[in-house]
Amino acid sequence: MTQITSDSGGLEFVAGGGLLSRRLLLKSTLVGTGAIAASLTAPTRAAAEADIPEWVTVSGERARGYGMPAESEAQIQRAIIEPWQDVAAAFSLSGTPHHRLRGTITPSGLHFEVHHGGRPDVDPARHRLMIHGLVDYPLKFDLNALERYPMVTATHFLECAGNSLFNAIMPEPMQAGCDMLHGLLSNSEWTGVPLSVLMDEAGVNPEGKWVVAVGSDGPALARSIPIEKIMEDGILALYQNGERIRPEQGYPMRLLLPGFEGNMNVKWLTSLWVTDAPAYTKHESGEYTEILADGSSVKFTFALGVKSFITHPSATMTMTGPGFYEISGLAWSGAGRVDRVEVSADGGQSWAEAALEGPVRSRALTRFRLPWRWDGSPLVLMSRATDETGAVQPARSEWKARYHPSNFLHYNAIQPWQITAEGAVQNVYI
Amino acid sequence: MSTFKFAVGLTFLFATAVHAEGPGLGQPVSANEIPFYATYVMPDGRGLPEGGGTAAEGAEIYAAQCTSCHGETGTEGPVMPPVWPNELWPKSVGKHWPYATTLFDYIRRAMPLNDPKSLSDDEVYALAAFILARNGIIDEGLAMTAKTLPTVEMPNRDNFIDVWATQGEKPW
Repeated sequence: MTQITSDSGGLEFVAGGGLLSRRLLLKSTLVGTGAIAASLTAPTRAAAEADIPEWVTVSGERARGYGMPAESEAQIQRAIIEPWQDVAAAFSLSGTPHHRLRGTITPSGLHFEVHHGGRPDVDPARHRLMIHGLVDYPLKFDLNALERYPMVTATHFLECAGNSLFNAIMPEPMQAGCDMLHGLLSNSEWTGVPLSVLMDEAGVNPEGKWVVAVGSDGPALARSIPIEKIMEDGILALYQNGERIRPEQGYPMRLLLPGFEGNMNVKWLTSLWVTDAPAYTKHESGEYTEILADGSSVKFTFALGVKSFITHPSATMTMTGPGFYEISGLAWSGAGRVDRVEVSADGGQSWAEAALEGPVRSRALTRFRLPWRWDGSPLVLMSRATDETGAVQPARSEWKARYHPSNFLHYNAIQPWQITAEGAVQNVYI
Repeated sequence: MSTFKFAVGLTFLFATAVHAEGPGLGQPVSANEIPFYATYVMPDGRGLPEGGGTAAEGAEIYAAQCTSCHGETGTEGPVMPPVWPNELWPKSVGKHWPYATTLFDYIRRAMPLNDPKSLSDDEVYALAAFILARNGIIDEGLAMTAKTLPTVEMPNRDNFIDVWATQGEKPW
């Protein structure tokens, strides 16, 4: 045992509301953790006859070509959001059910979607990527050619600039799960060709300062991207979590710009047009600009701010009685690595530092966790992330004060969850 | 013999210099292979096609092609953003967008949502004229063309802070 303080029953409390030391998560205290867990659960398992389930009495199913989740997990789905229903069905979104997932990699079939004109049916044999404009050699690449290029693999989150929009603009907190509240966020291992290699082959002219990226979807979505970002860490992603990119994520190829708002990571990428200036496409003129509190606006707000939320427990869940729990959640920053995550179980009066599950990668989701003993009384849980640049996640009131009331983009405020005496977990504003 | 060696060496140097990290498999693409939507009309008007249209012509196209999403008046939707201002969505074209050229390019590549790229250049000019006139930004009678569209002064143009230019990748 390596207990340091004996506050209550040998548990080391580190902040209000029952937060326990993250040292309990270390291997050296596994014995102690086991003892705690045992002391918190009633060991009243009644003796019963051994259950011999039928699946141990028969031969199983044969191998299959492509595996699927267990049938019992079929209800684990993305939350579909169609703001204008059938009137404009092609404008549709779906959110990752973070409250049903663990770890940090989002299963490809549960990666969020935001489609401004629906998911196109792209024929990979006819698809081409063109690099043209202010280059020495305008070039086109097909998928077979790109397969021969050197490929890098990197884990990065993608987040829609409008993620968490309901918390940003709803006057009263919406009661919904993390799929609706924070689901326009996912994290994948991406593999593809460094864009610098392809741009160097085309030979970018000195006056080429921006790249207009265009997708081959119905509206041919276009965004202007600084050449510096393309050359620094831009990836032409062909693979997602080891397999070819899913149609929802841009099959057969997409742009990946680590840390930049989702809309810029153009799906079904077909054109990189090198220019001397931004084109002021519709999405960087209207949709993805933000009006500030004083009526002026900000444009070319590319990187996403530091952010976190607790996934376990989270809204729509019900606690299963007082006792030991592990608080678990996700943290990330478009500016680099997560430096630390603090958790509060008393509405922000006291905070304790959570353990980060390594490796902590730059511009990727990081899982944090902290042991907790809930005594059954009402309280508010929340998490607050700090990134390697020193940026700290703001409170909602602080975030709201910076923007016009209508703004719902780049919302990165702290997410408080109210735990009621009945064990209901609810979305609240503090 | 020495000339041959020199030529081989030069070829090798050239290849490694140009395609240092890749196999160099890009194929030349000619201008006529590049569709219009692979470029974008620039704020100064570069890339605008010939043709033109007026607000009166645009009103007819709007009534036929646009009202199911944007509404009879253009303010009520249901689909946002509205084509002229309402209280719910302040980032409409007339109130918010910095350049009128964006209007032409976006309609041409993306609208109508269920039949994108179906409008002629003249129809797109006419719709741009109609929307700009309804926003009170141009006179009803002024045709939009490659010459006139880039000269339209959008009222909100100078009301933006360029975050990339001022602080780069640092989030706002």
